[in-house]
Amino acid sequence: MDGEGRSTGRPRDAASIAGKVKTPEQHFDVVVIGAGPAGVEAAIRAAGDGGSVLLIDENPVGAGLIGLDVPLFYGQRATAAVQNPGRMLEQVFAANPRIEAAFEAGVEVALGTCAWGAYVEGPGLNALPGPILGLADEDKSWLCGFRTLIVAAGARDLSLAFKGWDQPGVMGANALHALLARYDAFAGRRLTVLGSGPLALSTALLALDRGLEIAAVIEVEDRPHGPAALAAEVEARGVRILCSRRIVEARGGADGVERLVLAHRAGGSTEEIACDTIVQAIGLVPAVELLDVLGARLTFDGARGGHVPVLADDGRTSLDAVFAVGDGAGLPAGAEGTDYALTWMRALTETAEPDLIVCQCEAVSRAALLEVRQPAYLGPPSEGMARRRLSDLAADGPVNQDQIKRLTRACMGPCQARRCREQVAMALSLATDTPLADIPLAGYRAPVRPLPLKVLADVEEAAEMSAGWDVWFGIPAQWIPYQDIGSDREARHIEVLGGDMHL
Amino acid sequence: MTRDLGSGASVVVIGGGVTGLSTAWWLARSGVSVLVLDKGLIGWEASGRNGGGASHYHSPLFHEEQRLWPQMDTLLGYSTEYRRERLIVAITPEQLKHYRYMAAMHRELGYRVDDLDAQQIREAVPLAGDNALGGIHVFFGGHANPQRTVQAYAWALQDLGGRILQHTPATGVTVANGRAVAVRTARGDLGCDAVVIAAGPQTGMLLDPLGVHLPLACARAEMIVTEPAPLMAIGGVDGNGLYGRQTLRGNLAFGGGPHEWMAVDETGPLRRPTSPLTRNLSRRLADLLPRAAHLRVIRSWAGVVENTPDGRPVIERLSDPGNVTIATLSGVGFGLSPATGRAIRDLVIDGACSFADLDKLKLDRFKDLPADWRRLSGWEADAMTSAAGTRAG
Repeated sequence: MDGEGRSTGRPRDAASIAGKVKTPEQHFDVVVIGAGPAGVEAAIRAAGDGGSVLLIDENPVGAGLIGLDVPLFYGQRATAAVQNPGRMLEQVFAANPRIEAAFEAGVEVALGTCAWGAYVEGPGLNALPGPILGLADEDKSWLCGFRTLIVAAGARDLSLAFKGWDQPGVMGANALHALLARYDAFAGRRLTVLGSGPLALSTALLALDRGLEIAAVIEVEDRPHGPAALAAEVEARGVRILCSRRIVEARGGADGVERLVLAHRAGGSTEEIACDTIVQAIGLVPAVELLDVLGARLTFDGARGGHVPVLADDGRTSLDAVFAVGDGAGLPAGAEGTDYALTWMRALTETAEPDLIVCQCEAVSRAALLEVRQPAYLGPPSEGMARRRLSDLAADGPVNQDQIKRLTRACMGPCQARRCREQVAMALSLATDTPLADIPLAGYRAPVRPLPLKVLADVEEAAEMSAGWDVWFGIPAQWIPYQDIGSDREARHIEVLGGDMHL
Repeated sequence: MTRDLGSGASVVVIGGGVTGLSTAWWLARSGVSVLVLDKGLIGWEASGRNGGGASHYHSPLFHEEQRLWPQMDTLLGYSTEYRRERLIVAITPEQLKHYRYMAAMHRELGYRVDDLDAQQIREAVPLAGDNALGGIHVFFGGHANPQRTVQAYAWALQDLGGRILQHTPATGVTVANGRAVAVRTARGDLGCDAVVIAAGPQTGMLLDPLGVHLPLACARAEMIVTEPAPLMAIGGVDGNGLYGRQTLRGNLAFGGGPHEWMAVDETGPLRRPTSPLTRNLSRRLADLLPRAAHLRVIRSWAGVVENTPDGRPVIERLSDPGNVTIATLSGVGFGLSPATGRAIRDLVIDGACSFADLDKLKLDRFKDLPADWRRLSGWEADAMTSAAGTRAG
């Protein structure tokens, strides 16, 4: 309320955010997030256009995040090698020669650097000094300005719950790919692959090429889901593709998975497959978290993996400064889509016990979702609470995953719902007979990587931020005790406290 | 939405935030037929996106707030996650001076507050560090889970026969012969004997056509959330320019710092983005609770709140139309909601609040407000790039 705005001449609210977000310490004309094939080529092209280009990639990911299944579903099957950052960095370079090419093209390359937030001006956010990217490494975070942002964030693993899926050795296909091809740090030997689409079949071939054993490829449908030629190639290498199966459970010991128990969907006795790793290769999910945080328009396209950005022909999102390329912009044609994931989800749901945990971080079961059960830390539910069901909420309006999250805590844990977001949406869809496309995307929020307070902390904040910080709105009148309003005590309170009155 | 609109009710409450839901629940407890309209999901704006504090010593509803919260789980029949008491930690001498002054103010209101020295506050707040200089222990107030509380009000209301229509924005109030007779929606009119408007930022927009001018400005405020930490005995911890709480799950949820004035139209905010302020909040939280500095931040969120020019609520039954009651809590509605709902129930049924003087919260205190008060206060949106546009006043 005091002072004049420097440029506009209009009065300013000293406690508002205007003028407080500092100018980023770095700035590039173009920033590319993700050094996969699409990202590297985009960076090299951008460098050819003459501007300054930064290419970041979060790999090598720290061992702590790998243990937390961030950003991929590593399933505790990484070797101790991932705890050696120097070796990991060498591996990442060695695995991707195009990074060297980008470097030679004049691209600044930052590995081991994640983008946890991104901000452009738009509805509700107009106080930025320009488009801003939030970056971090293992030790610190910082801001980076950009003119153009190209998000090439790739795809995440789709995970589905079955009995025993929460033990070491159950992992995702992209995580396996990362541990094998990027880090050379995979701890398993004998794998069972779930799914038989192109992802599953190519995953099996990759593992075979790396000298691993594939115990079996499992399919719930009555024939392999992927191209016949690819399936034949896998079978020609001695791998059984077992169709019309259902998963009974994964059994294991202290080191995790030891066997997968299956049954034929038509009935009959169970069969056991010895393996130390179960790879979920049912589908991938475009990594749209930063695009959602930015406010880029997303749409549901099941054939391309679910929620994907709305793009112009040149890859531009609904935001002028932001482009999306690669798998993060939508999976390529022929990829497993959400229909296939739903087929698996139905098959797994048919036989699963209701107390099967779907959200590992918060220990939320499928039954808890359907009963919108309050979390265990609240103790036994009241009589009214015990009667409540998902159908009550569905009767009051379309099912909303964010609303269910808040009540059950499913998807609210430290893995930031990477292991459960899609399967919770599918469970809500199946339970309420709502098309998956109509379940609103559970919103992504920064930081889109779980970062320690001390890493995320702005240790050199703008002087304007420090000077203008107030607990709430900096309206002293708001906190005057009611009986003192209009008395001479009012001025005394304001003099001592200003707006700095805690609730 | 093809859901049946159904018939009207004796009282139609516009706005399914905590104020509207609590009001409806109190009315239903008195046997009044009541219908709540919300433009989207209940509690989807500031009611479900706030710090969960319940310690509003400045309010005329304070005593009732304190009396009601400990009973709310039982009265509603659903958990609100309410927990008593708060601790405020100072890490600078100036903060300590402020908190001690506040403690004296609280004691004058008849509540117990203990001054704690450095060692005492560190013992009381296990995540605090060697930089804690002292603090205060507030034996009143506390905190609850906003999202669970919103749903508790809604289900308790439905258990009493009250109805809620989500995704049904009110487009206006129809007045005949000096009385509100119906609430209009895109799907039809809902007849009523009385109307309560507790629609947050939209309250003023609904009142304009009635010739009633409620000055409001909207802003976005942000919070951060960490992964769970071991539970502290008292989770309501403030200090170092932050408000917040440790949830019963163990997460630290803290906010504070600058807000952003923004444009909001009848449909509500287009987005509720957070900003790089996430890092400033992280820094202050790491300084407030150094033993939590290793905890990972896993989300941030923003809520959009409306403010009156003096930051104080407006809670009033209008004189014309005489059967319309309006309420805006000006940014601090969550904690007061048990008492606010009861006060509004009294206004609607009896014409006056039976347990508190609300005279200083009347709208006429703004009658001489200049038309461009937002500009004069620096409370205008920073830029008008919002597709939703803005509204004067």
